[in-house]
Amino acid sequence: MPDSSGSNLPGLLSRYQDRILTDWIAAQSDVGVLRADLMREAEIRRQSRSFLTHLIAATKNGLNFDIESDQWQDVRDMLTEVTNYRVDHGFTPTETATFIMALKQPIFECLRDQFKDDPNTLVNEAWSATVLLDKLGLYTNDIYLRGREDIIQRQQQEMLELSTPVVQLWDRIVALPLIGTLDSSRAQIVMENLLEAVVESKAEIVIIDITGVPTVDTLVAQHLLKTAAAAKLMGAECVISGIRPQIAQTIVHLGVELPQVATKADLQSAFAHALKRTGVTFSSR
Amino acid sequence: MTHYLEPSRIPIFQIGDCLLLTIQVDLEDRMIMTLKDDLAERIAKSHAKGVLIDISALDVVDSFIGRMLANISAIARILDASTVIVGMRPAVAITLVELGMSLQGVRTALDVDRGMELIRRDTSEEAGRLHEA
Repeated sequence: MPDSSGSNLPGLLSRYQDRILTDWIAAQSDVGVLRADLMREAEIRRQSRSFLTHLIAATKNGLNFDIESDQWQDVRDMLTEVTNYRVDHGFTPTETATFIMALKQPIFECLRDQFKDDPNTLVNEAWSATVLLDKLGLYTNDIYLRGREDIIQRQQQEMLELSTPVVQLWDRIVALPLIGTLDSSRAQIVMENLLEAVVESKAEIVIIDITGVPTVDTLVAQHLLKTAAAAKLMGAECVISGIRPQIAQTIVHLGVELPQVATKADLQSAFAHALKRTGVTFSSR
Repeated sequence: MTHYLEPSRIPIFQIGDCLLLTIQVDLEDRMIMTLKDDLAERIAKSHAKGVLIDISALDVVDSFIGRMLANISAIARILDASTVIVGMRPAVAITLVELGMSLQGVRTALDVDRGMELIRRDTSEEAGRLHEA
């Protein structure tokens, strides 16, 4: 960590504010992060000016390299806003971090002009500026990743909610159409949803339709059996439907047995079976 | 001091041909022994055809209680009464399955109503068979 006591950087920043800002915006367009196709120049100008103002305010009472401290609160908020704006507008992480990195050149040039005759101070100040700007640049990277993670998490949650609907087909008969690969966490949610639905709809027969499940391996079969056993303990019978010919072959090939679970080729025959079990009959007029 | 307040036995109600018992407290060994004795006596005396065990109040069922339920059902079967366990909660069902206890040979129903229906259907089928013979 460079020695921050008595650094000339804060003073320099506020003295050359206008020059740094102009050079900075020029530098951004030089290295190609000024993406005119993604955001307007006025917006970049606004963000740059705002960031520089906050940076000067944060370093006013001496340089503090701990950017997690209260002193840097405004700068962090500003960076979060800038980064989120870029995430939303399709910038890459590199382009986002370069927003900060491009500030190095203008600052270094000011330092050179200021300390032309004092190489020691020049190197020290340059090092301070580098450390500070690297930290801020990495911070935008963190924010960028966090934004992405949030999106991924939200989508995962939405997918889980979408993927386990329980449909009431008839009095005492519910169906659970499964779509997509069943992994352990999904199988657990499927099981819980199904059992809750059994209680709620007072179902006697539960049809698990696996037409939309691309592959059935031993693990998936085991999940299905567990679900069937749990439903049985609560007093409901499980029927598995939608077993495609290839899946039937795979199941036999794997040596998986489905004892005590009725299996049907499609939902239609499973429904017919369920109606028969609950004693419902239809007659045509 | 709560010890004195806990019931030492579980009440058994008779509804028609059925005996109904509701388990609402954590079962201790001593209580289970009393319950088994009481139930056997009642089945023999009342000629009940069915036993309904309501466990809807139980949050936790361990392997011990699972075995106990299977045990009671076996005793009842020897005395010619079929046992139906009713009202098992989803969480309990999942736990039992994860423990590898699927209570083979014990029948289950969603609630007391359905359990009663199951027993009635059984007894009427049996009566029908006797009638045919």
